[in-house]
Amino acid sequence: MSVQLRFFARRLLMLAATLLVASFVIFGSLYLAPGNPIAVLSGGRSLPPDAIKLLEHRYHLDEPFLTQYWIWLSNASHGDLGISITLREDVSLLIAQRAGSTAGLVLYAAILIMIFGVGLGLLGGLKPGWIDTSVIVTSAISAALPAFVAAIVLIAVFSVGLGWFPSLGSGQGLLDAVYHDTLPAIALAASSLAIVARVTRASVREEFGREHVQTAISRGIPYPALVRRHVLRNAAIPITTITGVTIASLIASAAVVERAFGLNGLGAYLVSAANSKDFAVVQGISLVLVLVFVIVNLVVDVLYSLIDPRISLGSRAQ
Amino acid sequence: MSTATIAVPTRRASAVWSALRETGPIGLASAAVIVVALLVTIFGPLIAPADPYLGQLSNSYVGPGPGAPLGYDGAGRDVLSRVLAGARTSMLGPFFVVILCLAAGTLLAVWTSWVRGTVDAVVSSVLDILFAFPGILLAILATAIFGKGLTAATFALAIAYTPYVARTLRGAALRERSLLYISALEVQGASAWAICFRHVIPNIVPLILAQATTLFGYAMVDLAAISFLSLGVQPPFPDWGVMISENLSGAVQGFPLAALSAGLCIVVVVISFSLLGQRLHENYEARR
Repeated sequence: MSVQLRFFARRLLMLAATLLVASFVIFGSLYLAPGNPIAVLSGGRSLPPDAIKLLEHRYHLDEPFLTQYWIWLSNASHGDLGISITLREDVSLLIAQRAGSTAGLVLYAAILIMIFGVGLGLLGGLKPGWIDTSVIVTSAISAALPAFVAAIVLIAVFSVGLGWFPSLGSGQGLLDAVYHDTLPAIALAASSLAIVARVTRASVREEFGREHVQTAISRGIPYPALVRRHVLRNAAIPITTITGVTIASLIASAAVVERAFGLNGLGAYLVSAANSKDFAVVQGISLVLVLVFVIVNLVVDVLYSLIDPRISLGSRAQ
Repeated sequence: MSTATIAVPTRRASAVWSALRETGPIGLASAAVIVVALLVTIFGPLIAPADPYLGQLSNSYVGPGPGAPLGYDGAGRDVLSRVLAGARTSMLGPFFVVILCLAAGTLLAVWTSWVRGTVDAVVSSVLDILFAFPGILLAILATAIFGKGLTAATFALAIAYTPYVARTLRGAALRERSLLYISALEVQGASAWAICFRHVIPNIVPLILAQATTLFGYAMVDLAAISFLSLGVQPPFPDWGVMISENLSGAVQGFPLAALSAGLCIVVVVISFSLLGQRLHENYEARR
């Protein structure tokens, strides 16, 4: 087996272990939650013992904890996440209805981060002087903007002030959806974009100071080739790391942006389910979010080993 | 000849002050902002010009005027008074998060770096798995289980941040453990307990301090987000996250000042903590 294959196999094994533990934590913590599930199901009314028996049997509440966990996990692996207590519908269906909205938002924000975060960082790193200074100042301000503050500023300026973008809701059709998602995506991307720009700038600068780049300059290698072959290829590792990590973190913070802009996505639904103690939904969405989070991290790891084959030989780059 | 004495590098509480002095003008300015924020945390409700709970609906979203430099919120309450009174939960929440995750992270880091072997491997992989939970997600889960409020969110964030603290400090503790003076103390018969608490931990205090400062900013943003999602501090209690949530509809209607005032407080405090944390970290790295 080649080294790279072994590296992927190890990463996949770790992913499986992480998911198993995460699912156990998600199920176990809600199992321990105070409150009687039967009381929630009956809406507080007292039920005859027969009905309680029936409900306990249907929801496997009469089984021991580990059996319940196993039933839940094997159902979840088939895509069956149980039934929402408040909406009386399949959790998988409810999640599927909202996943597209969140995926679109996160994807939009991720594209903004990759284009403008990396782009600004390269600009600052390659062009010292006033361009670099303005990149530093812009990213310092934007890094400190939490999504909910960025949302207020964007709504006040571009929606209410200039009237360029809508402040609420999602659109119909692709173009309209992109139009409606523009302000939310900027709010979601703002602070991550600045972090990516900062790291990109720093790593480009660092590579320029390296001996092999100085040697390449003295050998008279033309500037574009120098940047492409000697600076960017080496700076690509930290840039990929920080981009991957920040994009993965967007998955959870999308909830804030969805609440601010009244979008009907997974995050907003998770919050309302937590509010109404709809545990099947909370478990289902948490599981999906952790799954996506872990997969994004895996993709970043695979990208590493493609960029720098040495990594699959040793430990993960930091 | 007297018994052999070994120069043991220890830094005590005065380390905090000398570390602060070395952060330069930006670090000191950030520290000054933080001190002001702490003073407002203590005295905020006392210096608030008006009652932060009592509003007049006729004042709803009325702009700045005499007696109300920041205007009124949607319920006609004085925004300045609510911002001043809201410092308490907004600052104390992150404070407890930082205390909890630093205590847990430091103990884990020193313990695993001391015993190494299987324990270290097991704890490290458990912490790796904890990384799969974004802090906000864990906090939302916690509020679903234990009910809405600051307490559940605080504990959940502390758990979510512990892996970061433990990983950073473990490296420093491992480096410290490999130093000669530790072996010398072991040879002299000092107990592991005494070496860890009297020597290893005091010597990584600068790094712990840098971590605390940086994490405070993160915790403040995450807790405000939880309150913004109406799962943390509950209205009408004044809190900066709650204020943004309460006045979101005002911003949509063209009255953003009430929400922005609270938002600006968060941004200023977070910038100060992150700048100071960066400086402290750079100084620690430079001294290594």
